[in-house]
Amino acid sequence: MAKKKIVLTFPPELTESPLTYHLVKDFDLAINILKAKITPGEEGKLVLELANGSEEKIEAGIHYLKEKGVFVEPLSKEIILDEAKCVHCGSCTAVCHPKALSITGPDWQLKFDKELCIVCELCVKACPMQVIQVSF
Amino acid sequence: MKTYAEINEKIREGRAVVFTAEEIIEVVKEKGYQAAAKEVDVVTTATFGPMCSSGAFLNFGHSAPPIRMAKVWLNDVPAYAGVAAVDAYIGATELSETKGFAYGGAHVIEALVRGEKVQLKATSYGTDCYPRKEIQTFVGLKDLNQAYLFNPRNAYQNYSVAVNSSPRTIYTYMGTLLPNFGNATYSSAGELSPLLNDPYYRTIGIGTRIFLGGGIGYVAWEGTQHNPSQNRDPNGIPTSSAGTLALIGDLKRMKPEFLRAALFERYGVSMYVGIGIPIPILDEDILKQTAVSNREIRATVFDYSVPKRSKPNFGQVSYAELRSGSITVNDKKIPTAPLSSLYQARQIAGILKEWINRGEFCLTEPVQTLPEDSCVKPLAVTEREV
Repeated sequence: MAKKKIVLTFPPELTESPLTYHLVKDFDLAINILKAKITPGEEGKLVLELANGSEEKIEAGIHYLKEKGVFVEPLSKEIILDEAKCVHCGSCTAVCHPKALSITGPDWQLKFDKELCIVCELCVKACPMQVIQVSF
Repeated sequence: MKTYAEINEKIREGRAVVFTAEEIIEVVKEKGYQAAAKEVDVVTTATFGPMCSSGAFLNFGHSAPPIRMAKVWLNDVPAYAGVAAVDAYIGATELSETKGFAYGGAHVIEALVRGEKVQLKATSYGTDCYPRKEIQTFVGLKDLNQAYLFNPRNAYQNYSVAVNSSPRTIYTYMGTLLPNFGNATYSSAGELSPLLNDPYYRTIGIGTRIFLGGGIGYVAWEGTQHNPSQNRDPNGIPTSSAGTLALIGDLKRMKPEFLRAALFERYGVSMYVGIGIPIPILDEDILKQTAVSNREIRATVFDYSVPKRSKPNFGQVSYAELRSGSITVNDKKIPTAPLSSLYQARQIAGILKEWINRGEFCLTEPVQTLPEDSCVKPLAVTEREV
């Protein structure tokens, strides 16, 4: 299954268009909304994960969004964990919904699975050692 | 039955039998209490978690001309100077006057232990014998005459499990608590935690030699808010925060990996302190207590969204449940997260075991035991003296 995480920025006039509906209906894409900030009449932000058997369908969907006037970027922000300074307390796992950060037995060392991370950034402030950062 | 002297003789001869408080659980399963009590000499316990009630006494030495420091700042963090001329106490949670929440006393202590210099500023009113009114210089740990950690309350015997029933996220010393029971946090090493392995303080008392922050320390006194009267399960384990220890140790011999400054979002600065305490296996009863496992240790779940002294609680859960990744409260499955590091606690229990095995660390008999029946009093707010 091909997957792609993208950040959409759309102008105020597009915030009321059913764009995700068309991505599903016309391009057969499975959509996972990772983050959304949409207020009618204002600029909207949407972070999506698009999935389909073929990469072409994903690219076609992205092309459709661009044609509609949406600004599309790949999700390039990422969470950086300074492992050398981590004390493996586990505080960050308390706020990590997708369980990208996890701490379990038998070794009770913090593990970070970047694939699962949606860059919500909650861990950055939850880390008491301040060793988690966002990179752009 | 063994004595401290007999155990120490075996330690010095390099033939003491030592296990960590996790390992001893398996040893007992295999051999039974009686045989294990005969064979095992020491069980090492440890914890590495946030302990706000920590700080250090420092003596700066006298400058020329001398100053009776009345106000002291280290890297802009105020230190308490209401003691003799060049003594001060830097508390872990004190905040910087220039950087606020981003930097505090714990960061100053960590910087010193890392071998960094910190900026010392002090002011005074000037006296006949101490004419100087201001000083500004840089000091490192090596420059100080004495630098010792003196932590009024560490190594809590069990602690709360925190949840948040309110519809908004709250920021506490128990970490970020998500709305509507979105998560639960806990902060104890459980079966490895010092006072949970000696619930009635039979061997951990005033004068007990310990691992503190990577160096050697001692139990100085009962900790503040020491509360042995807390509710206990039939196995003697308190079901919420109970006993505490005041600890002292030479900062100059400590290591930065076991003394770390911490920041709790919208709460403030704290310090993660590494503590390891050996328990001598004097008899079968002491051994039995050290063999306690996470299934037999329960903690009480408190609602931290209620900002009152007495928070409502949702009953008890075991550390085995907490460690499983989720607990059930009010029929809702809640994901759990630790705040104290079991990984680091295990390192400490292992290091202490190694010190004892190598004959470098002997045990001390407490010169006085900790109170067994005191309790914690609240603070009454009154209009006038009553």
